[in-house]
Amino acid sequence: MLENKANPTFSKSTGLPRKRFYRARAHSNPLSDSHFPIPISPHHVDYSLHYPQFFPSSDQVHSTKKVEFADIGCGFGGLLISLSTLFPESLMIGMELRDKVTEYVKERISALRVANPGQYQNISVVRTNSMKYIPNYFEKGQLSKMFFLFPDPHFKEKNHRRRVISLHLLDEYAYVLGVGGIIYTITDVEELGDWMKACLESHPMFEALTVEELEADPVVKLLSSATEEGQKVARNGGQTFQAVYRRIQPSS
Amino acid sequence: MEDDAPMDFGESNKDIEVAPALIAVHPNQESVAVAVGSDLRVFDVHGDCAISLVDDSSKGSLHKDSIRAIRYGASGKLLVSAGDDKLVKIWSTESWRCVSTVCSEKRVTAVAITNDGLYVCFADKFGVVWVVDLDGTDGQAVAKKKAAQLLSHYCSIITSLEFSPDGKFIVSADRDFKIRVTVFPNKPLDGAHEIQSFCLGHTEFVSCLAFVCTLEYPQGFLVSGGGDSTVRLWDIYSGSLLDTYEVGGKAGLLESNGREEECCSVITDLCTNQDGTLVAVAVQGLQEIILLKCSLSARSISLAKVVPIGGETFIPTRLEVSFSTGLLWMVTGVSNLRGFEYPSLARVRVISGLKSNADFLQNEPFVLEDNEIPGGRKLLEKLQGSISFDEKVFMAAAEALKTAMSNLLIKKQYSVEKREFRKKTRNDRKIKQ
Ligand SMILES: C[S@@+](CC[C@H](N)C(=O)[O-])C[C@H]1O[C@@H](n2cnc3c(N)ncnc32)[C@H](O)[C@@H]1O
Repeated sequence: MLENKANPTFSKSTGLPRKRFYRARAHSNPLSDSHFPIPISPHHVDYSLHYPQFFPSSDQVHSTKKVEFADIGCGFGGLLISLSTLFPESLMIGMELRDKVTEYVKERISALRVANPGQYQNISVVRTNSMKYIPNYFEKGQLSKMFFLFPDPHFKEKNHRRRVISLHLLDEYAYVLGVGGIIYTITDVEELGDWMKACLESHPMFEALTVEELEADPVVKLLSSATEEGQKVARNGGQTFQAVYRRIQPSS
Repeated sequence: MEDDAPMDFGESNKDIEVAPALIAVHPNQESVAVAVGSDLRVFDVHGDCAISLVDDSSKGSLHKDSIRAIRYGASGKLLVSAGDDKLVKIWSTESWRCVSTVCSEKRVTAVAITNDGLYVCFADKFGVVWVVDLDGTDGQAVAKKKAAQLLSHYCSIITSLEFSPDGKFIVSADRDFKIRVTVFPNKPLDGAHEIQSFCLGHTEFVSCLAFVCTLEYPQGFLVSGGGDSTVRLWDIYSGSLLDTYEVGGKAGLLESNGREEECCSVITDLCTNQDGTLVAVAVQGLQEIILLKCSLSARSISLAKVVPIGGETFIPTRLEVSFSTGLLWMVTGVSNLRGFEYPSLARVRVISGLKSNADFLQNEPFVLEDNEIPGGRKLLEKLQGSISFDEKVFMAAAEALKTAMSNLLIKKQYSVEKREFRKKTRNDRKIKQ
């Protein structure tokens, strides 16, 4: 694009690579908030690394296959593993902030792929801060399902802005979800459950699923049982609060 | 896990408070405003006189801390000023009274007025954009207004706000390399929830935005400048990057004095001319204006001309083209400069000949002498606060601004050792498996 407008990567005076360009171009992405890489845009994500069986050669990066489900704050990955066999043709990704947890999920998926040839090829995980970088991963309307299972409650009023569901963040989730796409939330903290529901309820681009729709959706049953956190809550006999909403066209 | 927690407010450098001088030009060039530190200065070019602003709501100084944004509305009836004192002041350009003061919870970094003049939007340092209804602000009565939340960039500093020429979209740019295009709703006080696109491609903070629009493309295309030394052209409907102009190769000025490490040719400001053919670009450390030719049919931006600014050291901090006259107004300056007799400094200069492409081709753009500037010495005396300067101050000002900008907007890069240390001291590593 701009390569032939002189080569600015090397200093005129020293002939050495300039640090700033080195820094920016040596890694696939320089958007380094703390110290995990962030793709400049969704086009910069190389999915052949995540789903090699779906992208056999890297020149098929432009293949039409796209990630459809995102599990935000996926923790140890239990939901992805359950969904993988339920929707074997859909690509899904977990997003997790903690690096050790992310590493664990990666290893867990590799092990499953080895133990079950041909299976678990459609799930993967990235380490990122979903509250800042969702638009760097997904294009407009790309996703059909988003999951927020047992997110951190952040009780204190002044920490409410840290919650992964808020009216403002829902704008971004509405952007990456296609019309008809579904957002699934569950928590064992009643106050957080009320909060998530209230945010979704007041957002003009989401509407609640009906009771019939909830019953007909096989994924709803997984919300309380598939993840490590869900299982812990169930073991302790805790109550859960879910809110499942559909992305709709805003009325203008 | 505090270090990875999504809190990142970039406000750690409390000691660096130097602020760049700002300039705004009335759409018909009836008046020109300059802000330096907390001082807002206006000169009435039409009436050929300095303006004294009147603010019944405040005693003493109008703003109490550095002003970070000033802007005229499209009709020229209003001027808005806002900044570190968390106040947004709306001025009538008829009476030059403050018609409304809005209190923000946080420091204000950018402002914009809807094209119909009905709403003022401002962005705070925590990434929230607020909207104020101007209804009832008729230019006479002083109104206390409350702002409503419009949208938010999660915990990022918003650097620039701009409305699309047709008023359909509000565009916000941030420190996290992101440009968000949001549908501006019919009822903005209920929030702007529908995102049209994200324009992603900058590899450093985005510092400035402007629209180019022509008769054939009235909806306009967006140009942006950033800390990555690039100016980029975007289609805001799809968010596609159409072209990139890299200033990096050009900006050799500060490198020659052996400080390559620090040099990063940040684009500090850009603006477009009336017929949408030119983009004027100011670059950190460069004593010149880069004029880019913009061809919307070819979806391209390319170098048209570099206009050197002769005379004393003059590295512009802000630019604005007057559509009616085609004059490019530039200011350089800084407030709270330490170690100098006059801690705040502003110098205004003007380049002529940017009205249209024809104008540009016929008349080489050139820098006006002080006495050729509309308003002449009188204007300069008001806006600059002084006529002559000590050369050393300009260099010191340029350095101080560069440091302040990188402290504010460039992310800290941790060394490997430091990173390891930070990892070790985190408390989320004990994972139960
Ligand atoms: C209580 S756990 C629940 C994990 C999993 N969903 C489950 O149900 O077992 C919440 C997870 O969200 C992750 N998390 C918190 N904030 C995040 C963010 N901004 N981006 C990505 N992940 C985040 C945490 O690291 C943690 O693993």
